[in-house]
Amino acid sequence: MLKCQKCDRQATFHITDLIDGKPKELHLCEDCAQNFLTPSEEDTSDVMPAMAGLLAQHLAVGETADQLARLDQMRCPVCSITFLEFRKQGRLGCPHDYEFFSDELEPLLMNIHDQTHHIGKVPKRCPKGADQQTQLIRLRREMKEAIASENYERASQIRDEVKAIEVQLKTAEDGE
Amino acid sequence: MELNELTNASGEWLRGAGPESDIVISSRIRLARNLADFPFLSRATEADRSAIEQILQEAIASLMKNEKLDPNTLYLKVGEIDQLDRTFLVERQLISRELADATGARSVVIDPQEKYSVMVNEEDHVRLQVMQSGLNLQAAWEQVNRLDDLIEEHVVYAFSDRLGYLTACPTNVGTGIRVSVMLHLPALVITRQIEKVFKSLQKISLAVRGLYGEGSQAMGDFYQISNQITLGLTEEELIAKVADIVPVLIDYERQARDFLIRESHETLHDRVSRAFGILRTAQTISSEETMHLLSSVRMGLNLGLIGDLQIPTINKLFVHTQPAHLQKLTGNDLDSAARNIERASYLRKHLDGSKPNGPTQN
Repeated sequence: MLKCQKCDRQATFHITDLIDGKPKELHLCEDCAQNFLTPSEEDTSDVMPAMAGLLAQHLAVGETADQLARLDQMRCPVCSITFLEFRKQGRLGCPHDYEFFSDELEPLLMNIHDQTHHIGKVPKRCPKGADQQTQLIRLRREMKEAIASENYERASQIRDEVKAIEVQLKTAEDGE
Repeated sequence: MELNELTNASGEWLRGAGPESDIVISSRIRLARNLADFPFLSRATEADRSAIEQILQEAIASLMKNEKLDPNTLYLKVGEIDQLDRTFLVERQLISRELADATGARSVVIDPQEKYSVMVNEEDHVRLQVMQSGLNLQAAWEQVNRLDDLIEEHVVYAFSDRLGYLTACPTNVGTGIRVSVMLHLPALVITRQIEKVFKSLQKISLAVRGLYGEGSQAMGDFYQISNQITLGLTEEELIAKVADIVPVLIDYERQARDFLIRESHETLHDRVSRAFGILRTAQTISSEETMHLLSSVRMGLNLGLIGDLQIPTINKLFVHTQPAHLQKLTGNDLDSAARNIERASYLRKHLDGSKPNGPTQN
């Protein structure tokens, strides 16, 4: 019997992960495979109650139950977080959420900060290719999902796309 | 540098020096940052977390190699050290309780002088914090800003022109800055004015916390004042918001101390002397009581009611008598009852109290 690489139980999942474009064999038990394939959920027990309250308050105004339910189902195409999940955790899933949920976040930001525009420090290396960085987040997630559903052909296609973007970013960086 | 080398030291924030250090313990500024090409931690897989950790570890290694950071900088994988060491780092304010208790790949970078630490994979991918003894926010800002620039040479941060630095929680977006000053306000507590002070601080959107951050009780009359807003103002303006209010609080505390000296000198002197007496002679003492009594002694020392002691010694005792510190200092794994005995012994030794009773004491 092949043992799980993360604990001592029997490995029932045999996963081929692509790390830096190279396939890596992983042998895991069901529980560990589950953990490996799904994003690690942060402990939500200490979610900032203030923010949850603030969100609930802002959403209650002018939103019917239907609208709210529809809003809760909205899912970021990059990190796949739903608005409901954000409301529950008080934490966003990726930088792109600020754009994807911008209509919903704007009144919230106004409520917290009394402002909606940044005027402070700007990084010297502003991410010119922010779109590319965002794509990387999405593609890595899709690659993981393709592997999980054993769609290796799709996974290897995505891997090539990831690699191409990484090379582009690296070249841009070296050229600076 | 090794983690254990930190045990006997006491770190920048306890140095007890710097402007207004009788009342202001330390000034601290932290910046929240995220890498542009990874999801925030709530959606990060273990593979993402490891990749983020590796990117930061390489960035720090490279900065050390180029002598931009001290070659003795400590890089620790928090998941690989034991529970006692994690609690030790929390007590020392080098990591948050959240980072200590989390699971998965996460790290901390520690400056050998403990002037800064960098947490990796806490609520955000990167959290930089700089500590300064006394009231010195300007120096803290210069240092954390430089550290931020150095790390940024090696990574691309998630940033939008409109919203600034993008953070996992919308309460930190924009500058990602938290400016905090830790104050020792025993006289405002004794004269029951502290609540009033807090209410007025909340009105100008400043937050008040206890010694160990989020939700912690104000032990030993220590209070952290910090900004709540992070967006729509520059870092300098946000620093000024906190910096402008601190002299007012210092003044209130001084007035309260003057009032106590003037109106109830004997009562105050008695309170301080009794506190000192208990700390020098107790045979078993809890951490809570220790903090409470040390607070009185610290104030008494600043008011010249007791002599023969140094503020840095007292500052150090506040932290060295915490559970994990005590166990690391004595090299023993102790349960709560044994810790109380060991803590009393440690206090007697360092406050040069009367020689302990009984043959088993050292």
